[in-house]
Amino acid sequence: MLSNEELEKEFQAKIDAEIKIEPKDWMPEAYRKTLIRQISQHAHSEVVGMLPEGNWITRAPSLRSKVILLAKVQDEAGHGLYLYSAAETLGVDREDLIEELHTGKAKYSSIFNYPTLTWADIGAIGWLVDGAAIANQVMLCRTSYGPYARAMVRICKEESFHQRQGYEIMLKMAKGTPEQKQMAQDALNRWWWPSLMMFGPPDDKSIHSAQSLKWKIKRQTNDELRQEFIDKTVKQAEYLGLTIPDPHLKWNEERQHYDFGPINWEEFYQVINGNGPCNRQRLKARIKAHEEGAWVREAAIAYAEKKQAKKTAA
Amino acid sequence: MNIQEALLEYCLRLGDNSLIIGHRMSEWCGHGPILEQDIALINIALDHIGQARNWLTLAGELEGMGRTEDDFAYKRDAHQFRNLLITELPNGNWGDTIMRCFLFDTFNFYLHQILQHSKHDGIAAIAEKSLKEINYHLKYSSEWVIRLGDGTDVSHKKMQNALDDLWMFTGEMFEADEVDNLMLEESIGADLQQIKEAWNDYVREVLEEATLKIPENNWFQKGGKQGRHTEYMGYILAEMQFLPRAYPDAVW
Ligand SMILES: [Fe+2]
Ligand SMILES: [Fe+2]
Repeated sequence: MLSNEELEKEFQAKIDAEIKIEPKDWMPEAYRKTLIRQISQHAHSEVVGMLPEGNWITRAPSLRSKVILLAKVQDEAGHGLYLYSAAETLGVDREDLIEELHTGKAKYSSIFNYPTLTWADIGAIGWLVDGAAIANQVMLCRTSYGPYARAMVRICKEESFHQRQGYEIMLKMAKGTPEQKQMAQDALNRWWWPSLMMFGPPDDKSIHSAQSLKWKIKRQTNDELRQEFIDKTVKQAEYLGLTIPDPHLKWNEERQHYDFGPINWEEFYQVINGNGPCNRQRLKARIKAHEEGAWVREAAIAYAEKKQAKKTAA
Repeated sequence: MNIQEALLEYCLRLGDNSLIIGHRMSEWCGHGPILEQDIALINIALDHIGQARNWLTLAGELEGMGRTEDDFAYKRDAHQFRNLLITELPNGNWGDTIMRCFLFDTFNFYLHQILQHSKHDGIAAIAEKSLKEINYHLKYSSEWVIRLGDGTDVSHKKMQNALDDLWMFTGEMFEADEVDNLMLEESIGADLQQIKEAWNDYVREVLEEATLKIPENNWFQKGGKQGRHTEYMGYILAEMQFLPRAYPDAVW
């Protein structure tokens, strides 16, 4: 039998050779734990993320936009499902993961703790939040854990639709009436910085980053992804005729990247730790849905058992 | 009332039923008892709103005044809506919503089954297309009525309560008025008496399997088809129509 050390060496060799790790393969306990944390956090984000956008479904200003938004939120629920399934391949139970979300032990993306105040927010979320998610998820399509990578491939296809649809809303509003344009600018002002925070703390402050890179769970650093996103998004904002709320934003010829102003990390940590504008209401909504749905889940199980008993008796 | 007027009314009834029940179901988005059923309910809401768009677009074409699906959805007041009262009632608990779906889906299924053979090509085409979706809606809500009715004591009580609450809103479905009679005469619309019999048989069969008892009350509420609604309707519209009403010049 191989010693732990030898197993770990073999494991790292596989990672270095770009061979995907599969559920039945040996893996270091810390790798498994990191993945469970990251995938479940990701799944929770998809599900909690349904709430801010769901907030505008009944007020969508045209039937076409209502259908698009409903379908989008449905996609996010589906992403939640794929991701919970991916997490379950690591030997955890969806029910337990949900419990951790509800008790506050597990986190979800801090972006969903911000409110959606106008219809333009639905555009801004699609454009910026799904946009930032894509940058991260395109990288994760090549993550070292097989089931996670495969879930991401499916998810990425849908996310790029979401981004286009969000941008379309922004475009309509930015080119619309003065009131619409103002809503669009206001939405950009409110969502810009929180979107940049989605990539996580700067590399020198990111506690999980180095190990995750070595295991190829991540393949680019937070700062690299953030820079990529900014470079791509500045031009899109210009096309909309909207102003990104950062006076320091400037093209740097030497770096061939945009320079940008300091991010308010104090706000980020406050929101992550429960002090964002909507943390309590988001969590309450999820807990309420779960608790009020308990009788439905119990009845479904009871009915299935009755059926099964009848079948065996017959 | 002439045939053209009746035809427009008829399409609005179909469109408004779909729009309003779709609206109610969309309220569940993100709040369902389990993720899989959240997805299922959003799916059904999407079907309903898609069908509403088809009916309201057809209504606009028949009217010939250039009104679009959005004009009908966003620029009419409550008394101009023609949906059945049962579609506009608040969702209640998940069982209430499922029971409402079941009672309405059964009606909607038999209605569309007849309408797919309508003499009016536009109506027949939309009905035929919608029928596949409605077939799934009915299967889904029937299965859940049985599951919850015959599940636990708690779920049984909730479902019986839902049925008792909703029963008085079922009679309106089969109450024929001038519009229905005219459409039937022209072989455009459905015979509501025929639907009523099929509805009764199927509903009885499913409720029996669900171990639920049909209420004895035979006094029914009505008025939705003629534009007399419940108190809830105004709030649905206040929410749904807010943006186009507040910014009438905007294009979204
Ligand atoms: Fe997603
Ligand atoms: Fe998305």
